[in-house]
Order: sequence, then structure tokens, then C-alpha cells
Amino acid sequence: MQADLTVILPEIVISVYALAALLLVAYTGKDKMAGMLVWLTAGLFVLMALWIGATGNGTHTAFGGMFNDDGFARFAKVTILLSAAAVLVLGQEYMQRRDILRFEYPILIALSAVGMMVMVSAGDLMALYMGLELQSLALYVVASLRRDSAKSTEAGLKYFVLGALSSGLLLYGASLTYGYAGTTLFSGIIAAAEGQAPIGLLIGLVLVISGLAFKISAVPFHMWTPDVYEGSPTPITAFFATAPKMAAMALFARVVHDAFGGVVGDWQQVLAALSLLSMFLGAVAAIGQTDIKRLMAYSSIAHMGYALMGLASGTVFGVQAMLIYMAIYVTMNIGTFAFILSMERDGQPVTDIRSLNMYAKAQPGRALAMLILLFSLAGVPPLLGFFGKLYVLRAAYEGGLAWLAVAGVVASVIGAFYYLRIVFYMYFGEEGEALETGRSPVQWAFLMASAAIMLAGIINMFGVEAIAQAAAATLVN
Amino acid sequence: MIGLEHYLTVAAALFVIGIFGLFLNRKNVIILLMSIELILLSVNINFVAFSSFLGDLVGQVFTLFVLTVAAAEAAIGLAILVCFFRNRGTIAVEDVNVMKG
Repeated sequence: MQADLTVILPEIVISVYALAALLLVAYTGKDKMAGMLVWLTAGLFVLMALWIGATGNGTHTAFGGMFNDDGFARFAKVTILLSAAAVLVLGQEYMQRRDILRFEYPILIALSAVGMMVMVSAGDLMALYMGLELQSLALYVVASLRRDSAKSTEAGLKYFVLGALSSGLLLYGASLTYGYAGTTLFSGIIAAAEGQAPIGLLIGLVLVISGLAFKISAVPFHMWTPDVYEGSPTPITAFFATAPKMAAMALFARVVHDAFGGVVGDWQQVLAALSLLSMFLGAVAAIGQTDIKRLMAYSSIAHMGYALMGLASGTVFGVQAMLIYMAIYVTMNIGTFAFILSMERDGQPVTDIRSLNMYAKAQPGRALAMLILLFSLAGVPPLLGFFGKLYVLRAAYEGGLAWLAVAGVVASVIGAFYYLRIVFYMYFGEEGEALETGRSPVQWAFLMASAAIMLAGIINMFGVEAIAQAAAATLVN
Repeated sequence: MIGLEHYLTVAAALFVIGIFGLFLNRKNVIILLMSIELILLSVNINFVAFSSFLGDLVGQVFTLFVLTVAAAEAAIGLAILVCFFRNRGTIAVEDVNVMKG
């Protein structure tokens, strides 16, 4: 029991922090303390990330195999915590100025972070479900954080209804899996699925995959994404685009490898189809968008397609490629959203991409950083985003899915169009009413740092490659 | 004699009714919440049926978790719905359309 609790200590610390913070602010300052609480939560996240990253070694399981602490979980947790901390700090000034920084916000983010950490460590369908719900329920609430806005509450409502449906699908799949495997432990399921898996187990697998595809917004389960991204306040959109995606993707990898690693052929085709559809829909549907948040929604759908491509290869290298891709994707998105948060006119946020006309003239530095990020999102060499794509394409090719790799290249060429369109507006657009200069030095710092990483990372990727390889090796065996 | 398959059939029927309720319902959002509840309860029937069939308690433990989460989910759904109603003055599904998509 003592040993079990040691394994989940980081989760316990954040949960206790969230509860203590809730009590404290409810009795004292209320929303006046929200700004401080945001920094405190972000600090705690960074501290936990350092702790998990520095002291974690080996593979531990707790609660009879329900909870795994291995290299894979630690890689995902560090990424989740750091990106959540970055997004918290990034949006603080934006929310404060618009008077939507409530004290619940950092607390809900902390709780959803705990949910995500449980998700990536899950070794049992029950742990999976509880983690997923803890994360989702907190996210439904933050999506509708702006209570007086029709758009924000509508985003929350849509997210809630479709999210609950996806949980239902996943649960029905889990119940069939339990019935046919006789256990909810991943280690038991993989034993039951050895060789020729019973048909009930495969139906369960497909339903679980559908539920998870909802959470990573893969086509054809993506319909909530553009509306939720557009309707939520921008800092929350930034959060949706980063940490939860990493967590759901890691959970996806854990389910298909830990629980269904014996029937790779059965899920490989499903994942390849999801990946293909996501890449093309993300690339094509984004072309007509004029709202930059909607555009980022389609962009994230396309990126999830690429990450799934790595996973679809079904190899250790595929998981490694997926992890690297997700780490790069999260870093790029933090920078891009730092830019989007700074877009405003007369103090009001602007999300129309045509408002960026001739932005480069007024703000050459920011425009250049955004240019680097957009090129990286599009996968233009020699930026880091290109290497991410290269990894997943190689994984797909080596995994015997050459057709998928070719389709991925075609989709990325189509997708490059809409990223370049933003660059066009910034540098060659017509003269129009200029945007204000962003006021927050934090947003500027994140934008510049993210762009710098896209440039400097190509030297050795800051050693992420080796860490991701070790992480992937602990998952696939 | 009522066996496992009867329970599974009932659960599958409830699940499908729930899914159809979500997609075909054009009236109001409360019905969506009821459909979600129906889906979760069909899963519970599945779990309990399998649990008794396998002679394994884990399924029933899972059911308790699902019930708890379903309660939390309904609470959050209704809370969001109240906020939505305050802004729009309606809870008809076809009025959930500020954003297209």
C-alpha cells in the first residue's frame, strides 16, 4: 500500500493542491486571488514535471497493475504538465483584462491535469475511464467559462453532449471487452486477445477506439472541434489544442499496445483509415476558414492524423515518432496561440485572419516569429515541424503502410496552402486598419521562444529523440 | 430461463435507442441528457450481466464508478444548460446554432 501511494505521489500532490486551493480561495479572496493562483498552479506543474522527469526511473506498477509508472507515462506527463503550465501563464493577462479570470480556472486546469496523468498511466479500463472523465468534466466547464457569452456556453454545451456520447461509446466498448476478456486489466486483456481474438473483443476494441478518436478529434469524430475552438475563450482554446491532445494520444497508444498489442493487424487498418481521413479533411476544410481559431481547429485535426499515422505503423519506432510529433506539435501550438492571444484591436480580441493585413510592416519581429511557426506547422524544411512529419512518414513506411505515407505527403502539400495564406496576408496583404501591438511581454516571450525552438531544435532536437525512444520501448514489447 | 444473451440484448437495444435519441432528437437539450443517461445505463446492465455470468466482482465495481460519474456528468450538463438558457432564452436543439458546424 505504501509503495502504491509512492508511485502516484505526483497525482496526489496536485489533487490535494487543487482541493486546498479551492477551500482557500472560497473562504478568502475569491476572484481577486485568481491571478496569483494561476502562477502558483503553473509553478506547481513545472515543479512536478521536473520531479517526474528527474527522479523517475524504471517501471513501477501500483494497485495490482491498474496504474503504470513507466518511461512512456513519464514522457507524456512531463509534456502535459509543461504545456499546461505554459498555457496557464500565457492566458493570465488576457483573461484578467477581459474579466473572465475566475479562481475556478486554475483549479479546474489542475484537476484536468490530474485526469490526464491518470489517463497516460492507466493499466486498467477503470483507471482509463476515471482519468478520462476527470479530464473531460473539467474541460466541459472551462469551455463555457465565459458564462455571459452565448458562444462560450454553446461551445460548452456542444462539447459536453458529444463528449458524453464518446464516453458512452468507449464505455460500451469497455463493457464488451470486460465480458469477453473476463477482466478489465490491460495485462489480462492482452492475454485473452492472443492469437485469434473473440469477435466480442474486437467489437469492444472498435468502440473503445471510436471513443478515443473523439477525444483526439480524429475524423469522422471531429465535428465538435471547430465549434468548441471558436466558441471558447482563446486561452482555453490554446489549452484544448495542447495538453489534452497529448494525453488522449498517449492513452490511445497505451490501449492499442498494452491491451490490444496481440492483435496489431486488427486495429492497424482502423487507425490508418482514421489517420488518412483526418489528414485530408484537416487540410481541405481549413482552406475556406477566415477565423483563425477555426483554422487552428482544422489544423489540429490534420496534425492528429499525422500522429495517428505513427501509431498505425504498430512498431516501437511508430510510437517514438508519435511521441516526438506530439512534443513538437504542442510546442508549435503554444507559440501560435501566444500570437493569436496578442491579436486585438481597441482592446477587443480579433480572430479574423484578414485583420493581419500588412502586419509585418508594423511588427516585423512578431511577424517573422509567426512566419517560422506557420512554416513549421506546414512542415516546411528545415524547421522542426518538418522533422516531426519525417519521423511519422518513415514509421508508416517501415511499418508497411507506404500508401499512407504517400497520402500524408500529399495532404501536407494541400495543408501548406492555408498556412501560407496567413503569411501572405501578413507580408503582402492590402493596407488596412492595423492591429494593436500586443501588450503582454509573456506572450511575446512564448512566441519568440517557440519560434527559436523551431529553428534551434533541428540540431539535435534537444535530446528528445533518445528520450522518446526509451519511452516507446517501455510501452511496446 | 433468462440467460446472459437476454441481458445483452436489452442493453444493446437501450444503447441504440440512446444513440438514436441523440441524433434524431430535434426538440430539446434535456432529451439529449436523457439519451446520454440511457447509454450509460445500458453499459451498466452489460457490466452487471457479465459480472454475474463470469462470477467476477470487478464488473459491479465498474458499475458503481459509472453511476458516480454519470451523476457528476448530469450535474455539469445541467449547469452548462442553465448558463446557455440564460444567454439565449431557449433550450431547443435547433437554436444551438450561433456557430455553424
